[in-house]
Amino acid sequence: MASNNSIKKTLIVAFALCIVCSVIVSTAAVALRPQQAFNQEADRKSNILQVAGLYEAGESVTKQFEQVTARAVDLRTGEYTDAVDPETYDQFSASRDPAQSRTLSGEKDIAGLSRQENYSVVYLVGDPQNPEQIIIPVRGQGLWGLMRGYLALHGDANTIEGITFYSHSETPGLGGEVDNPKWKAQWEGKQVYADGDVGEGAPEIALVKGGASGATEVDALSGATLTSKGVTNLVQFWLSDAGFGNYLAKIRDSAEGA
Amino acid sequence: MSAATPKGVLITPIFKNNPIALQILGICSALAVTSSMSVSLVMALAVIAVTAFSNLFVSLIRNHIPSSIRIIVQMTIIASLVIVVDQVLKAYAYEMSKQLSVFVGLIITNCIVMGRAEAFAMQNGPVLSFLDGVGNGLGYGVILLIVGFFRELLGSGSLFGITILTPVQDGGWYVPNGLMLLPPSAFFVIGLFIWVLRSVQPEQVEENEFKMKENTQPKEAV
Repeated sequence: MASNNSIKKTLIVAFALCIVCSVIVSTAAVALRPQQAFNQEADRKSNILQVAGLYEAGESVTKQFEQVTARAVDLRTGEYTDAVDPETYDQFSASRDPAQSRTLSGEKDIAGLSRQENYSVVYLVGDPQNPEQIIIPVRGQGLWGLMRGYLALHGDANTIEGITFYSHSETPGLGGEVDNPKWKAQWEGKQVYADGDVGEGAPEIALVKGGASGATEVDALSGATLTSKGVTNLVQFWLSDAGFGNYLAKIRDSAEGA
Repeated sequence: MSAATPKGVLITPIFKNNPIALQILGICSALAVTSSMSVSLVMALAVIAVTAFSNLFVSLIRNHIPSSIRIIVQMTIIASLVIVVDQVLKAYAYEMSKQLSVFVGLIITNCIVMGRAEAFAMQNGPVLSFLDGVGNGLGYGVILLIVGFFRELLGSGSLFGITILTPVQDGGWYVPNGLMLLPPSAFFVIGLFIWVLRSVQPEQVEENEFKMKENTQPKEAV
């Protein structure tokens, strides 16, 4: 096998191997891409359905998602906008593009985002003019990293229907309990503002230690003070005027007017 | 490996010459992915596929691999297979691939795969090499499932996601052991498993590399 070690043979083998391997890898990547894209889309949709409490296991996600309408909202004014297509708009990349986002100043940036996109997608369940539920994407820093999820609000834009996190890196068993269905179930029926002062000041909903009492308090996660703080901050941030506050105020006004 | 028989190469790596328990290879992924049974199972299947096919392909071209670049050739083959496996998981087992995250990609650096390609497939025919790959993958998988069994049962009170011991959070009696959900617990489980295995098969116990001197007697020390 002495000839195996000649420079010519070495180059031929290396080159041939690279060609064969790259063909195999690219074929796999290209052939499987549609299926992967479908999975990601289905995963996102099933998260939205779950937070709205509409998800039925075993049924087609695409079919179930027909009752949900996606709209784009301008976060600065709170108006619906047609500037971006909600079906294809990638909000997360937009938040890192200087042309489509703005920097957040220190004291406003309670969720630790540093940049915020100008437009956001919202998902409306039922009649888009008078929605039964409004689902907003939320994200913010937890203990170890960014937590991303959805918050579902009732049509009155004050009562919470549910929360879910589809991506986080919190400690399993402690902060990771944000995935626990029992904990998530507590959110249902909680209120962003207590009765009587809806829309005044900063959102009141918060995680509290040692037993939640009242409509604006949710039990904190035991053994996960910083994760709980992160959840409070991100929920308050996205419900405040910096987030969807303006938009939700408009929904409340139109609901009262109707 | 004087007389490698098809049955021999397939069976011996499972308990007699287990890559994790005896050769202590591939520990890192065994710590990372064993917090539940289903994830362990998928990871085990992925590793079996990669070891088997990388052994097969390396063995097929073993007479043409220049020895100066043989490690690079093996790595290229392994890396390509791992990417294919990762893509397949993303397409057909999306939930699983989300949980396995980077650890599928890290199969590339799993010493078992590389070790078998270099130590076995470079010297043996394709069929034997393929079986050897399957055998070693199985050896790895068995440990993963055993570790996964204990970690999921004691850490979450369930197996394959089905509740066996109802945890107190859900109104049961079992207090889940949070440590079992964290990677270090796999060290304990693997350590205990190696102990059991070496008690059953004493020939696996290694010779001492050195002898400890007996304790100094108190009166000598004075």
